[in-house]
Amino acid sequence: MMRFLLLFSRQGKLRLQKWFTPMSEREKKKIIRDMTTMVLSRQPRSCNFLHWKDLKIIYKRYASLYFCLAIENQENELLALEVIHRYVELLDKYFGNVCELDIIFNFEKAYFILDEFLMGGEIQETSKQIVNRCIESSDMLQETMEEYMSKPAF
Amino acid sequence: MPAVSKGDGMRGLAVFISDIRNCKSKEAEIKRINKELANIRSKFKGDKALDGYSKKKYVCKLLFIFLLGHDIDFGHMEAVNLLSSNKYTEKQIGYLFISVLVNSNSDLIRLINNAIKNDLNSRNPTFMNLALHCIANVGSREMAEAFASEIPRILVAGDTMDSVKQSAALCLLRLNRTSPDLVPMGEWTARVVHLLNDQHLGVVTAATSLITTLAQKSPDDFKTSISLAVARLSRIVTSACIDLQDYTYYFVAAPWLSVKLLRLLQCYPPPEDAALRSRLTECLETILNKAQEPPKSKKVQHSNAKNAVLFEAISLIIHHDSEPTLLVRACNQLGQFLQHRETNLRYLALESMCTLASSEFSHEAVKTHIETVINALKTERDVSVRQRAVDLLYAMCDRSNAKQIVAEMLSYLETADYSIREEIVLKVAILAEKYAVDYTWYVDTILNLIRIAGDYVSEEVWYRVIQIVINRDDVQGYAAKTVFEALHAPACHENLVKVGGYILGEFGNLIAGDSRSSPLVQFNLLHSKFHLCSVPTRALLLSAYIKFINLFPEVKATIQDVLRSDSQLRNADVELQQRAVEYLRLSCIASTDILATVLEEMPPFPERESSILAKLKKKKGPGNLPDIDDSRRNVNGNTEHHEPTETTNKSPPSLMADLLPTNRPRPASSSPIMLSAGTMGSSHPFTDLLNLNSPPAAAPSLLVDVFSDLSAPASVEVSEDNFSRFVCKNNGVLYENQLLQIGLKSEYRQNLGRMYVFYGNKTSTQFLSFSSSVTNGDALKGQLIVHAKSVDPVIDGGAQVQQILNMECVSDFTDAPVLNIQFRYGGALQNIAVKLPVMLNKFFQPTEMTSQDFFQRWKQLGAPQQEVQKIFKSQHPMDTDVTKAKILGFGVALLDGVDPNPANFVGAGVIHTKDTQVGCLLRLEPNTQAEMYRLTLRTSRDSVSQRLCDLLSEQF
Repeated sequence: MMRFLLLFSRQGKLRLQKWFTPMSEREKKKIIRDMTTMVLSRQPRSCNFLHWKDLKIIYKRYASLYFCLAIENQENELLALEVIHRYVELLDKYFGNVCELDIIFNFEKAYFILDEFLMGGEIQETSKQIVNRCIESSDMLQETMEEYMSKPAF
Repeated sequence: MPAVSKGDGMRGLAVFISDIRNCKSKEAEIKRINKELANIRSKFKGDKALDGYSKKKYVCKLLFIFLLGHDIDFGHMEAVNLLSSNKYTEKQIGYLFISVLVNSNSDLIRLINNAIKNDLNSRNPTFMNLALHCIANVGSREMAEAFASEIPRILVAGDTMDSVKQSAALCLLRLNRTSPDLVPMGEWTARVVHLLNDQHLGVVTAATSLITTLAQKSPDDFKTSISLAVARLSRIVTSACIDLQDYTYYFVAAPWLSVKLLRLLQCYPPPEDAALRSRLTECLETILNKAQEPPKSKKVQHSNAKNAVLFEAISLIIHHDSEPTLLVRACNQLGQFLQHRETNLRYLALESMCTLASSEFSHEAVKTHIETVINALKTERDVSVRQRAVDLLYAMCDRSNAKQIVAEMLSYLETADYSIREEIVLKVAILAEKYAVDYTWYVDTILNLIRIAGDYVSEEVWYRVIQIVINRDDVQGYAAKTVFEALHAPACHENLVKVGGYILGEFGNLIAGDSRSSPLVQFNLLHSKFHLCSVPTRALLLSAYIKFINLFPEVKATIQDVLRSDSQLRNADVELQQRAVEYLRLSCIASTDILATVLEEMPPFPERESSILAKLKKKKGPGNLPDIDDSRRNVNGNTEHHEPTETTNKSPPSLMADLLPTNRPRPASSSPIMLSAGTMGSSHPFTDLLNLNSPPAAAPSLLVDVFSDLSAPASVEVSEDNFSRFVCKNNGVLYENQLLQIGLKSEYRQNLGRMYVFYGNKTSTQFLSFSSSVTNGDALKGQLIVHAKSVDPVIDGGAQVQQILNMECVSDFTDAPVLNIQFRYGGALQNIAVKLPVMLNKFFQPTEMTSQDFFQRWKQLGAPQQEVQKIFKSQHPMDTDVTKAKILGFGVALLDGVDPNPANFVGAGVIHTKDTQVGCLLRLEPNTQAEMYRLTLRTSRDSVSQRLCDLLSEQF
């Protein structure tokens, strides 16, 4: 399973943190520090995988943002890279040419999109169409919800 | 600020985020945040009821502040209120807040659970999904308790929407991981397996994750999933991409699902059914074939997804380890990747080949790539890739290529990154020892290691070379000659001085015939390094000098002069001073015979697992270390390296010479008090002068210090009284009456133990005819061997004498030996018998393990007689720290984060006996309200479970 996903900028500013197992705030801060220093110090064109404690760290840079995903030892590294890519695609589709600022100002959306895609550290839905449909319909929902709720569900 | 404001922009939030971003300093940011917090607090406390939108906005702001790294101590209630909102986005923000800021406040959890329950019952799929997500995100035990029975029902109900099924499957998976005991198997399990046939690939993917985890825990219950998984995989692999619509990812058919199915199949051995087996083989062949086809896209996503499936297929092939053709094809495929232009693929190929190297079918095929791997070591720019190359070389090493691989690793070591040097040193040391045909090569290799990377050569490594040289007389002369030559280097590493000092001290005589290495030359060479070395090394050299006095009477005067010099006799370091004084004295008063006995050559060390290997395992974690000890060795016919073990085992190891051999040829800090005992005609002279048994630093007058960790208890008549106090500790007062106090210090390593018994005369009159011996009851004979050294028959008034007991645990035992003491005090004969606190748990070695390993072993030890459980009332205040200390003192490792309930304690360890090793798991569950404990022990032996449970349950 995946253990955590971190998004941080080239300056090491954390933009998104998702923890799939319970962890104390202290542990989280330590991991965030470790990850940013480790990943940011990597040379360009190095491989995207690192061993860290008993986990594998998969990272990739998209424009100014680093995506850093920790997976358990027996998990598939290449596919983890594509988990990151699929998430980037989903963000891109939603925001339209996504940039770091979108994620800063709409952090809650970035979390919602991630929640549609991953759950409990496992992939929930790999179809881009379905995830996008969910996100968009939830945006639509706000307007229609009141009306919707006044009707019985069945 | 970006233009995006889809759905429900919250203007106030955007403004606040802008403000924060515009802050010039950390102080300004904190100021702005505090202002906002004050504002939100007043809104929440205000008289005016907030509308949903404002509540959402403020909760969202709090969340933002929290994610910036600031503490949030309010707003939880408002977030919980949002959960029951009818507006989706408000509910959503509420759930997000709860998920991120989990609060163990139980009142709140009850409210949250209520809201979740309502949403789960709403039959609105969107709300149900939110609720399931929240459970999966928080995953606390209370939630598991509330919903663990509900979720399987949702998962298998016929009318559940697909998206809800997906969430329910993953939510259940999460609960199963955190609280497996709350998610019992039931009739739903069979129906879950059938989700593998579902129309909706998203459902199948989620279900496969769930089934894989469940199957790892109870493979038998999910056996039927094998055929379904193979069928599904076969359909995906052979499908034209178009069939799977949106589940095709960059022209690769359902890569996520394929990988998950391949993972599921790795929970099982190859299918027994022939047709099924050939269908699976076909799938794997197809995947391997596809790797050879030209890519359908130039995008890296295409190749990543395709290769992800390929690597997973290779993992399955390696896991099955039964189809030679597939294994060799896999190896060839990885061989191609070794030279791929993508760094990622080279990295993964090196990593996968490590596991292939341990298969008997593919070990030889892996070896053919040795040149490529060596080349990778030399040319890769990325240190993590080079690290994998080192791992692979280590894994592919056998007798045929050991010299080449060790040579390459040594030459790489000269330029290796500092971060991995120590590991390479360990690996080289292990390989050199393991595959040494002639031990001169081994000695050369280790000396080279010290020369190239002396700073990274840990104690274990140089201890080991000394152990081996001492155990093999065919290499001693060569070793002496080689270290002698190596010591001539102008700047040799201190580790070399240590090895040199030790070896010349033992075997310098073997090369003394040559005038170029005459005794005096040897001594001068060593002594020329003396002043450059640290205290422990100097101490070692002093011991080498006294050994020289015995070996070479002709340099005695020279060495005595050195010992006598002020810089030794008045050295500020007490250890050095003491050694100088005692050695000088010894050399002056002892006859040649006594000297020869005291300073005799070291006896062979008992052979054990190399401490270096243990260190490497610890460093890498057992899972990451390719096991070079496995079956393939037989295939290669490399059985010879058992030989050294056997030869050394023939001469029974002397307990006295080296009780704790795995790591200490010579504890540098020990002080040679024992020397006198050795010379006073004890029947077992100390042959190991240098390993002075680390006696306690206490001189006889320090009675108080030795016992200071305990206030002396009142005089007791019953000599078993203090027995149970020693279950969780090793030192303290065992017995005391008006005349005598008996204190203990003990140390244990694996199946051996040593106990120092201190007899303190509390009176001002001598004890005469003092004697003490240990008796074993009938049952204990053959289970525990206790060897007591003789003790001085006279104890002066106020003085203390010490007796050493050496113990060896042969098999598990329940009884305890008895210490019988007799002495004469003022004419009256005194008789005392005390039960010696030697219990089975003393032979524990703690074992750290992950939660997954723990539960796997827990399950393996599930036979009814292997588990012993006891529920008992606590006899002491229930203090967590005290309990922890007791469990650690009991000898097991305390495993944090294993038990879902943080109040419980979980431990693991291995009992070492001469005959066998017994793995033990324990769990202690306190119930503070009832002041009760429940203790559960599982070990592979029922007698051990029972004994450990009896011992430990008395402690709380």
